[in-house]
Amino acid sequence: MTAVIDRPTELVTTDAPTRRRDVFVAADARAKGRLATARKRLAWPLGIYTTPVVILIVWEILALAKVLKPTYAPAPTSIASTAVDLWQRGVLGPDLEVSLRRAAIGLALGLTAGVITGILGGLLRTGEFLFNGVIQIFNTIPLLAVLPVMIVWFGIDEMPKVLVIAFGAFVPMYLNLFAAIRGVDQRLIEMARTTGAGTWRLVTRVLVPGALPGFLVGLRFSLAYSILGLVAAETINADKGLGFMITQGETYLQTNQVYVGLVIYSMLGLLADQLVRTLERVLLRWRPSFEAS
Amino acid sequence: MTELAIRQEINSSAERVVRRFGDRVVLDHLDLTIAHEELVVLLGPSGCGKSTLLRLLAGLDRPDGGRIEVPTRRAVVFQADRLLPWQRVLRNVSLGLRGPDAINRARQALAEVGLDDREDAWPKQLSGGEAQRVALARALVSEPELVLLDEPFAALDAITRLRMHDLVRELRRKHHAAMLLVTHDVDEAIALADRIVVMSDGRIGTSHDVALSATDREASTAREQLRAALLADLGLALKH
Repeated sequence: MTAVIDRPTELVTTDAPTRRRDVFVAADARAKGRLATARKRLAWPLGIYTTPVVILIVWEILALAKVLKPTYAPAPTSIASTAVDLWQRGVLGPDLEVSLRRAAIGLALGLTAGVITGILGGLLRTGEFLFNGVIQIFNTIPLLAVLPVMIVWFGIDEMPKVLVIAFGAFVPMYLNLFAAIRGVDQRLIEMARTTGAGTWRLVTRVLVPGALPGFLVGLRFSLAYSILGLVAAETINADKGLGFMITQGETYLQTNQVYVGLVIYSMLGLLADQLVRTLERVLLRWRPSFEAS
Repeated sequence: MTELAIRQEINSSAERVVRRFGDRVVLDHLDLTIAHEELVVLLGPSGCGKSTLLRLLAGLDRPDGGRIEVPTRRAVVFQADRLLPWQRVLRNVSLGLRGPDAINRARQALAEVGLDDREDAWPKQLSGGEAQRVALARALVSEPELVLLDEPFAALDAITRLRMHDLVRELRRKHHAAMLLVTHDVDEAIALADRIVVMSDGRIGTSHDVALSATDREASTAREQLRAALLADLGLALKH
């Protein structure tokens, strides 16, 4: 049996004056001059980080040309040398370590609680009734408004800071995981039942992997909110940590030092984003994804 | 097969089954029996309640009246392949299997549908026909006594559909399961059925035993007569 297949790659233009036609050929068959190749390589040399790098370069140039005052926005190179200086003076290292420890403990607490309640709420009706109302209410409370209560309850040491970070991570993880488990395609659940798969199989092979994309969305929000919580907790009252370093810089008009803190916060955010991206690449290989041209 | 012989080896039965959705009565005291190893094709226009009956037999839905008796070991092939997109082909087939030989049995089932070289593929990499073959393998791997097929080839192109018909005939020689195939395609019904039942007004209207040879099913006077009778049952005027 031979099938006749229409091959758009072999279409040829005709000189019909009135009809417009599209011609498609194999991508590598297109005439490629050196110019075109070079242009392709030059277009986005650093991927999505091209724009930030361009902004940094423009910023540097404006600072060198004295358009931007050093007390407003010091040059990126000046910020970098301040960072090195702070590190060598032994100021930056300990502060960074304190902040990272807070973030790590808070995240561990918040994500664990969010994942456990999210799974229970998603799988069991009892779980839904138990957690959903409370956490929906939590969701309407702004993260920053929780901080004063935490300070009243737990004083000004590490506990309230860690708890604010945990709270920031917990709520979005629960909400997204719950919605993801409930949103798994009903037809696939039905199919799994007809194959004779038991409840355990249903959970491990259908519901959990089906909820993974939603889990990763939750993780993205959790990481973002926990960094927000970290900044808030450290800026309002702290005697060590990155936020403290920034407040100090503000007090003594050390703009460079403030910027070093901001840069490190943004690095943490980037790192979190990269982490989720990597997880998505590994865990969601099965997903047919849209690739923009 | 005589009426008595069928009665003696009933695989599945529906007795005076009623199913309503709101005010609409979809199944109205419907009776149907399927004998062991029999392939019954349920024919009817879209929306006549074919799929409703199949879901009842599959145990995915409960009747509002009447009684349904089916083997516990049964499998369903749906219109869409319903493969788990996050599992590779082999794991999709072994979904309902237990025990240490599960993987081997799944491999065997894939080989039977001619896809032993695709066991590591993701569902997104399969063509429509391949995906539906995996769904067939997944249904047959558990050696069910009843296989329910809900318009399984409706979304496939004509050539692939003919290949699937060959495959179904071949699989019937190896597996001794009764099958109920729901379709709205008269030619598909004639190609595969031991018996064709036509649904109308929520009941089984007419029933035709098909005792034609493989070649007669493709082209013969008997085939054309059967086709004309089925079209008449479906309320279509005969034009050719």
